[in-house]
Amino acid sequence: MLPTDTLSQPALWPLTAIVFLPALVAAFLSLPIVPKAREDFIRWTTLLTTAVVFVLSLWMAVPALFGPAGPAQFRLGDPSMQAVVKLPWIEAFGIEYLLGVDGISLPLVVLTTFLSMLAAAASWPITKHVKAYHILFLLLVTGMLGVFVSLDFFLFYVFWEVMLLPMYFLIGIWGGPRREYAAIKFFLYTLLGSVLMLLAILMLYFTSDLRLLSDEQLVAAHVVSPGLDGAARATAVEAIRTADRPLHTFNILALAQIGQLPNSPFAAAQVWGMSLETWAFLLLLIGFVIKVPVVPVHTWLPDAHVEAPTPISMILAGVLLKLGGYGILRICYPICPGAGLSLAWLVCGLGVVSMVYGAFAALAQKDFKRMVAYSSVSHMGYVMLGLGVWSAVAGHEYRWDAWAQGVNGAMFQMLAHGISSAGMFFMVGVLYDRVHHRNLEEFGGIFGRMPVYSGLAIAIFFAGLGLPGLCGFIGEVLVTLSSWNYSRVLAAISAFTVILTAAYILWAIQRVYLGAEYKGPHGDHLTPITPRELAIATPLVFFAILFGVAPQILFNYVTPTVNRQVETLADWTRRVHDGPAGLPVAAVQEPATAQAAR
Amino acid sequence: MNLGSLITGSLNDTFAVSLPLFRTELCLAATIVLVLLCRMLPVLRRLDSGLVALGGVCFALWYAWNDLRGIPVGGLPHVGADAAGLVRQELFGGLLVFDSLTAYIRFLLMGFLVLYIPFTKASGIPDHEDGADFYTLVLGATLGMCLMASANHLLMVFMAVEMASVPSYALAGLLKGRKASSEAALKYAVYGAGAAGIMLYGISLLGGLLGTCHLPSMAAELARVVDAGTANGSVMVLALGGLMVAVGLAFKLSAVPFHFWCPDVFEGAAAEIGGFLSVASKTAAVALLLRICFGLGVSPTGIGGAAANLAEPGLAGLASTRHFMVYVVGLMAAVTCTLGNLAAYGQTNMKRLLAYSTIAHAGYIMMAVAAAVALVGVNVAASREAVSAVAFYLGTYLFMNLGAFAIVALLRNRLRSEEIDSYAGLVRSSPGIVIATAVVLVSLIGLPPLAGFVAKFLVFSSLVQAISLEAERPLMLVLLVVGGLNTVLSLFYYLRVLKVMTFDPPPADRVGGEFSLVSLPGAVVTALVVPVVVLGVFWAGLYACAQLAGAFAS
Repeated sequence: MLPTDTLSQPALWPLTAIVFLPALVAAFLSLPIVPKAREDFIRWTTLLTTAVVFVLSLWMAVPALFGPAGPAQFRLGDPSMQAVVKLPWIEAFGIEYLLGVDGISLPLVVLTTFLSMLAAAASWPITKHVKAYHILFLLLVTGMLGVFVSLDFFLFYVFWEVMLLPMYFLIGIWGGPRREYAAIKFFLYTLLGSVLMLLAILMLYFTSDLRLLSDEQLVAAHVVSPGLDGAARATAVEAIRTADRPLHTFNILALAQIGQLPNSPFAAAQVWGMSLETWAFLLLLIGFVIKVPVVPVHTWLPDAHVEAPTPISMILAGVLLKLGGYGILRICYPICPGAGLSLAWLVCGLGVVSMVYGAFAALAQKDFKRMVAYSSVSHMGYVMLGLGVWSAVAGHEYRWDAWAQGVNGAMFQMLAHGISSAGMFFMVGVLYDRVHHRNLEEFGGIFGRMPVYSGLAIAIFFAGLGLPGLCGFIGEVLVTLSSWNYSRVLAAISAFTVILTAAYILWAIQRVYLGAEYKGPHGDHLTPITPRELAIATPLVFFAILFGVAPQILFNYVTPTVNRQVETLADWTRRVHDGPAGLPVAAVQEPATAQAAR
Repeated sequence: MNLGSLITGSLNDTFAVSLPLFRTELCLAATIVLVLLCRMLPVLRRLDSGLVALGGVCFALWYAWNDLRGIPVGGLPHVGADAAGLVRQELFGGLLVFDSLTAYIRFLLMGFLVLYIPFTKASGIPDHEDGADFYTLVLGATLGMCLMASANHLLMVFMAVEMASVPSYALAGLLKGRKASSEAALKYAVYGAGAAGIMLYGISLLGGLLGTCHLPSMAAELARVVDAGTANGSVMVLALGGLMVAVGLAFKLSAVPFHFWCPDVFEGAAAEIGGFLSVASKTAAVALLLRICFGLGVSPTGIGGAAANLAEPGLAGLASTRHFMVYVVGLMAAVTCTLGNLAAYGQTNMKRLLAYSTIAHAGYIMMAVAAAVALVGVNVAASREAVSAVAFYLGTYLFMNLGAFAIVALLRNRLRSEEIDSYAGLVRSSPGIVIATAVVLVSLIGLPPLAGFVAKFLVFSSLVQAISLEAERPLMLVLLVVGGLNTVLSLFYYLRVLKVMTFDPPPADRVGGEFSLVSLPGAVVTALVVPVVVLGVFWAGLYACAQLAGAFAS
């Protein structure tokens, strides 16, 4: 349909390598020439692969570390999609191999590669079916990275589903006593969500029409490659203009452009009394919030976390939960802005309910790992609230800076939670490896037996608590502040939840690490932390502190893209809801006098 | 017109037009004769009849491929039978029709045989003595299936269905010493005879009222009768006749409520037979369903013409015919799909489970058929896409299901059991076969990046397209929801098999050794499973062929 882009695109091989290198190594490991018995070879290969992928992602993200910046590397401050790779895949449906990163996805990619590396290192205690474990682990890594970099909805969906099966087996074979139940529950919940997502994708696809977009929009959405010169570009645009029937698209950027048109076909089409936009938003939202997860679809998470082996828990909490938030930010809002606006109460409400429910549930837990799992539910509630506030100011207050604050806060919270929750699960795992139980009531006195470990663990738990100076603080405070503009009640509740968070984390620290002496089972196995464990824990603590004192490092990446997206949508709201005579842009910057307390 | 010119014309039609386009079937028929001849001569008796059959089938596949390839790609939308190449050609005085659907289904069936014969050689059923009988029956049934795919006349429909069914009854009883097998054969035969009787009755009603059994002429006549509207009684009788024909089709499709034979036959007969029935027979049945729905639902002037023809006066009657057919097929699809998936839950026998999975998949395919028929009055291009979805589904289904049955058969040879529980802990001793099973079953669930996902994606997209183009919208919405929920439902029982294979500890008293993929049976499994993965990622090629098949829709 559209001109074929060549294999000479600068980002093609770096991005493809980041996504597919783990799968390639998995294929290699699955060959019979790798004997099952050479377990250390398999472990080192996996660790090395994830390390290479991490370095590659770092090479893209921080060119300064590697000398002069190349065309495939990330330009800080540029809000648009960068390092775009575009190759035709299935031309009959216009499906493309379309990858790219921007300020929203790149930090998550780096987080994923970083945590994958640490999780690979944390996989040493796995001794059952080592070969199969590492193959599945690497496939999982490919799936996660693929989701973050795909810009084609079909491709996105493929990667989204590719994660399911490895995860099912990783929990089901290497998990705890109730692993089978936990594995099938995880699979079932996620599959239900993704089937709904598939329906939404198809509805959007068949309603979309590229011919509605202007030339500039086509180029901005990479439907027509920006790299094409004048004549080739004109031909490509002409091919779209002269099409005799609607040109459907899976291109996420183009779908967003279509969704934000004043005469968006998504808003016009009606299904069962609601606009297609609303349906698509709801279906996609269900698919994503199951992953986040929010109350009431969170019940798979505690089970999956408790049963999963430590490295998989790290990946689950650190990366998989972020996929939901990422999906909402990248797909739900830009493509269905109208529905996002009218359903803001739903997203914010879900966020606050999860926040409070998760915190209370965490307080009630007797199992250490389960408590950490519920803390994830609570913390991801902040992400939902921050994302929801985005579209909240629907009245006449265009506080786009407040929205941007919320979304930036949500992004930061996702990254910070990736570090702190992975750290917390790792710390629980270290203890579990030694004493083989997780009963909070039977711990105590660990500080005396394992001082270095306890120090690091307490630092990570404080990061999860949201102590100022550590990474957990920034996101929570930004989200709470921005939600004040939306609803003072919600803001007050979310601020109040911090106290609950402090309660369950401090109580857990007190019960596990403090106290006179350890009286639980297997006390003689409480050996000091090993160098390998230290090598995993230290970077986590380091980044938890670094991002707490210098959040700017992350905001430099996130803010330009988020701000532009928010601005675009603020602009959209003004156009659609107030007509052309709406408030001038200048009004956007003014401090609000009467907040919309709805 | 005197007798002489009639004979000349008929001879000319037969030899110049029909037979060249019938060479695939002729090749099959010649192979059958050859297989039987080999047994007559003592010298040739040593020869393996499987190899003879395989040789003949390879030729047939070559012809089928050439027929498919010879269909022009570019000019499809608006050519009838123009100079560029024929797209629709009636054979043997209108009894059969050659078009892109015929060519595609034939190609699939021949491809199926080329994979199927090595698989039966590897699995050891039939043995050398039974070989000639077995391959004769298989090829004979497939010949009937080719005719089903190209039938253009209700008489031919009936003959083709019988020709495909009767050898299948005998095949179901192939394991002569086993009670279950004989019982399966008897059940199948009795059920089949009943369904055939009802279908024949329906055919006679339709033919009697419309004065012809030639499908395109029937459509024209149907339009006139329904349009006239006065003879309400005859419309009732027509509907009754249509439903009776549907009974026969539903039996072949194993659609609810005519599915009861399927689990019993699959459980009783050898897994090899199950594979044959669930893939080849279903492919032909779906093709026949398309033939009848489009034959009766679309005006002959609409065939090969543009959508504008559909607005012609006098053809409004066909819209209500289509409406009727869409509801019959669509509702049956929804029930079939749901019941198949629910009934699969309780199964402990792998073949029985696959039987219910077959039923469920028939439901998914019928959903796309319903969408195709619904769309044909609204947007011909969209209708073609829906038919392509059906065609693609059949193509991937071949590999998925034959793969599943091959695994069952080959594991039976090792483990002497087809119970799911006997697969416990298989991953410890034979990881290769477990990975192959996982690929096949996950593809049957419909998860990417496997072929089954693409097939399901295409089916759902045809439904969504019908919704967005307002073709039978309420029904299509219901089908979409039912299809989506069923995908989730089906997860449980497919995964349970994988769970048993991987999570559970192996029984202490396991007989049989390891199953390595580096062996003849392993090679067969690999040959069936690799396409499931490849077609999940690079599906443009098969889809292009499926699009060609889709072009048959007016």
